[in-house]
Amino acid sequence: MDRAATAEKIAELIGPFNKKGIEVTDAITFAGDLEWDSLTVMDFVAAIEDEFDIIISMNQQAEIENYGQLVDAVTKLQG
Amino acid sequence: MTDLFSKFDPLIEQRRALLAGGVEDPFNLVMERVLSPTVAVCNGRETILLGTYNYMGMTFDPDVIAAGKQALDDYGSGTTGSRVLNGTYAGHRACEQALKEFYGMDHAMVFSTGYQANLGIISTMAGKGDYIILDIDSHASIWDGCKMGDAEVVPFKHNDIVAMEKRLKRVPEGAGKLVILEGVYSMLGDIAPLKEMIRVAKEHGAMVLVDEAHSMGFIGPNGRGVAEDQGCLDQVDFVIGTFSKSVGTVGGFCVSNHPKFEILRLVCRPYVFTASLPPSVMHTATTSIRKLMHGEAKRAHLWENSRTLHQGLRDKGFSLGTPEAQSAIIAVIMPDLERGAAMWEALLHEGLYVNLARPPATPAGMTLLRCSLCAEHTADQVQTIIGMFERAGKAVGII
Repeated sequence: MDRAATAEKIAELIGPFNKKGIEVTDAITFAGDLEWDSLTVMDFVAAIEDEFDIIISMNQQAEIENYGQLVDAVTKLQG
Repeated sequence: MTDLFSKFDPLIEQRRALLAGGVEDPFNLVMERVLSPTVAVCNGRETILLGTYNYMGMTFDPDVIAAGKQALDDYGSGTTGSRVLNGTYAGHRACEQALKEFYGMDHAMVFSTGYQANLGIISTMAGKGDYIILDIDSHASIWDGCKMGDAEVVPFKHNDIVAMEKRLKRVPEGAGKLVILEGVYSMLGDIAPLKEMIRVAKEHGAMVLVDEAHSMGFIGPNGRGVAEDQGCLDQVDFVIGTFSKSVGTVGGFCVSNHPKFEILRLVCRPYVFTASLPPSVMHTATTSIRKLMHGEAKRAHLWENSRTLHQGLRDKGFSLGTPEAQSAIIAVIMPDLERGAAMWEALLHEGLYVNLARPPATPAGMTLLRCSLCAEHTADQVQTIIGMFERAGKAVGII
């Protein structure tokens, strides 16, 4: 899956967790803009991992703060 | 200058607001006198202890105390040295021998605390390029062990076998895998389906570490823990445990049948770069461990206490962490921190001490009053405790 398709799929997966209906742009942050707590992050990461059949380790998660970085990471992890 | 303490401001404010309401500080209690494993004088009041993890009540066992006193006379107050230099005394070897016999395993390594046992074993074993697959509700010492090492850390939803297996399947071919589980999870007192989880972990070529801190001495026919109880201890590569719960002193350990286990003594930094436990602690621990091998009657009474308290609190209308008593921990779920703290204080005034547990230590942001029973609690004390909970719960408006 290329970056654009990956981005679209991830935006779709953010939907159910985007309680405040914030517009998804590359710069939106998960902790800040979307106000996700650690449990929400865990559920969301599990959804992404299952969709793309990848592992996003805690070490990698520490480097990912916003949507754009996540799309880049998932694009790369799919090889 | 940026004040490095400004990051703590939200917590400082939360504490200030809580204490401004006049509640006694739940995190600043002083045990002025300890009368037995189940009764102490706290803040001037005689109090039943229901939050000590002193599951088997060994802290005042006469044989345990005599062994400690003798060791103080024979070996002095401390070793002033690392296990790999001048800090291994006969008592440390004897304690490791007792652990090997207790678990029926080939190797045992004693650490200065249970925290250091997890910190050391996990960070040393799982290195760069290896994968650690662990339950999201793991204890802080497990998380810190992961953080200290260089392995990739992959958590899965609590006790979720399918979520664990999915992650194991995705680990790159050839990478080392360590699955970390706990027998009893200390916040809610629930147990893990170890037999099934370990079977899946082994199918995927993972080594398995199980922390049995809250089950040693109590759960399983010989008190070896949840893995023994579920008949899968022989499949566990590493058992981590502690002396600060059922054993009744302080220290931690790892037991294993791994043929190369002894090399850890040279490469495990939290083992090497700290002083060993005092000889008196080793002799009390050894005596206690050997007595726990024959603790069937105490184990049976502790189960009875746990089930009675669970049933009693449920009947009074409290919301509990597990549908039935799965361990000696009964977690009472509070609606929020404010009422949790009020309830904690009301119980203290009744003459009962329990643990107030709150986020981030608790799962799902819960506030809990965590009760841990002791084999030395009498049946009458358990009934008294249920009465105290009922009065305090009504006074605070929780039931």
